[in-house]
Amino acid sequence: MTDTLRRINDVRRQAAGSVGDRWRALPRWQRAIGFLAFVVFLYYLPYLGIPGLIWLRTDTTPQGNDWAGVLFICAVYVLIALGLNIVVGLAGLLDLGYVGFFAIGAYSVALFGSTQSPVVEALQNRFGLSPEWAVAWAICLPIAIMFTMISGVILGWPTLRLRGDYLAIVTLGFGEIIRIVARNSTFTGGPQGIAAIPGPQGAPSADNTIFGLVDAKPWYWLALSVILVVVIGVRRLENSRVGRAWLAIREDEDAAAVMGVPGFKFKLWAFAMGAAIGGLSGFLFASRNAFIDPTQFNVNLSILFVAMVVVGGAGNMAGVALGAFLLAYLPERFREFSDYRTLAFGVALVLIMLLRPQGLIPSRRRARELHDRAEEVPANV
Amino acid sequence: MNFAELIGHLGQHTVDGLSKGAIYALVALGYTLVYGVLKLINFAHSEVFMIGTFAVVGAWTLMGATDNPPFGTMILLLVGGLIAGVAASGATAVAVERIAYRRLRRMNAPPLIFLITAIGVSLVLSETFGLWQGRLVKGMPNVLPRKVVFTIGNTTIDNRQLLTVVAALVMMFALDQFINRTRYGRGVRAVAQSPDTAALMGVNKDRVIVLIFLLGGLLAGAAALLYNVRYGNTRFNVGFLLGLKAFTAAVLGGIGNLRGALLGGLLLGVVEVYAATLTSSAWEDVAAFVVLVVVLLFRPTGLLGESLGRARA
Repeated sequence: MTDTLRRINDVRRQAAGSVGDRWRALPRWQRAIGFLAFVVFLYYLPYLGIPGLIWLRTDTTPQGNDWAGVLFICAVYVLIALGLNIVVGLAGLLDLGYVGFFAIGAYSVALFGSTQSPVVEALQNRFGLSPEWAVAWAICLPIAIMFTMISGVILGWPTLRLRGDYLAIVTLGFGEIIRIVARNSTFTGGPQGIAAIPGPQGAPSADNTIFGLVDAKPWYWLALSVILVVVIGVRRLENSRVGRAWLAIREDEDAAAVMGVPGFKFKLWAFAMGAAIGGLSGFLFASRNAFIDPTQFNVNLSILFVAMVVVGGAGNMAGVALGAFLLAYLPERFREFSDYRTLAFGVALVLIMLLRPQGLIPSRRRARELHDRAEEVPANV
Repeated sequence: MNFAELIGHLGQHTVDGLSKGAIYALVALGYTLVYGVLKLINFAHSEVFMIGTFAVVGAWTLMGATDNPPFGTMILLLVGGLIAGVAASGATAVAVERIAYRRLRRMNAPPLIFLITAIGVSLVLSETFGLWQGRLVKGMPNVLPRKVVFTIGNTTIDNRQLLTVVAALVMMFALDQFINRTRYGRGVRAVAQSPDTAALMGVNKDRVIVLIFLLGGLLAGAAALLYNVRYGNTRFNVGFLLGLKAFTAAVLGGIGNLRGALLGGLLLGVVEVYAATLTSSAWEDVAAFVVLVVVLLFRPTGLLGESLGRARA
């Protein structure tokens, strides 16, 4: 049966491939206009009312969630996928503990920004500050990024010297350790978590006109803007000396070392950059939610994150963004089948990997690598 | 830090840890066999174990098991459970290889693709059981009631601990002999050392790979029986954490190394019990991973190194 599917897939692949080639053949200004139109469409998405596309909205179904809220979650996942793509897609390091960075970002803003957090209370008592005092939201942002980068370096320093598969299990353990520490320590609020996490307008209250608890649209626009900045930044990074070093390490670390690329240094950079973006997404997530607890940072999420990157097409930002969007959006859209969602997810993962191992929108270089590998299939008697 | 308790009952905690670790070790052997030959983390192995636990429960229900059965019935139930668990786990492991991995091997896919496929397979299997058997903890009759067999100093050793550790050691010994002494075992070592050369020398690679999945599945089935005897319940997601621990154990001992898996499993069990005694059981998982990181820092290929392929000819 898979052979028939494969043949259908080949036909479809040729059709899709010609679309991609035609897009790349367009003049630069036409591509820029296309991209701008797409960005405008993304900003318009929360109001989506185009006849024929309304069924996309999640609030048209029974028990469906608020559409803008779903879009916000999708945006956070896209941001996570962009960060993990640096680690998995560009540098080729398998990180199964990415949820740890997400959690550190979220806990940074919670611990320093919320008036109810034990850390802020300790600071208030130590310096005799008023009980309403807490670190401002805008200052929590660099704190969150700093903490996640530091934790990325702390995790990477001992483990990046290990071979790939060992790295996978150690990072998996790291993600689990972060969650267990958050659950069992008193300074993180333990299993009760932390409430009253601030947003751009300060602590959550009914007076917040823009970034309130009810209307998720401004939050979605904020996350979307952050994504655009990150996309531009990562694109510049990809085409820089650092990005080329990452690709070289991914393709053959020994050859890269012979050519004078210090593998450990650049792998550590990839880890730190990926961690920072993961922290940023955790920061946004916690601000919007206004409440976090350790159960929101399960190990299963790490696996979902890696699946987003690989299904979408590791190494290609458009691909991983699509993968993240689909894996966040589809379960919300098909909420009425909630019992079968995980099963369907598993089946989809297996089928995509068997039929399209390079991902939905692969990076061209990576697709070629896979193709080369398939050509040199080992002897089989 | 409750040092007095740990030192005072050191023997008791060690025995507890060993019997816990023996189950890890049996599951870890499945990871290590597959990794040693294919260089692939078989994430679906945890669900192979999970299916074993359900098969054991199913067999016990069919045989009309009750709490505290008489001795003859008890032996019968244990043997029946073992056969059911081993058959179900072995069949699942082979089926996973045939359906998912063989095609990827033909494509010479990179490890990441295998990993995601394995995660997908694992989700499918555990969700199928979640939908079919319900998502709650599934209890079972207490087939082997706890009974102290003998006492050394203030350390008591009960029949379950004895059964678990002895069974694990016996199976480990049998597997070691199988891999090192038999014709099939030689095939496994040859493919682990160099798949291409082995294929050119006339070793049927596919058959060897099916064999290692089967062996891993059989051991997971036996581990499932021991798990049921020890904990008396199972659940559709029971494999996840246990698989994680077992894989940690395999890496700790040196993945691809059979004796390493046994050592890693037992060590991990003991470390967890010690850590739980010293602090609280909430921190035992942290201790397990911290030990793993520390060991890997000083011995990057695990305690005994990776050696399925490099073992004595």
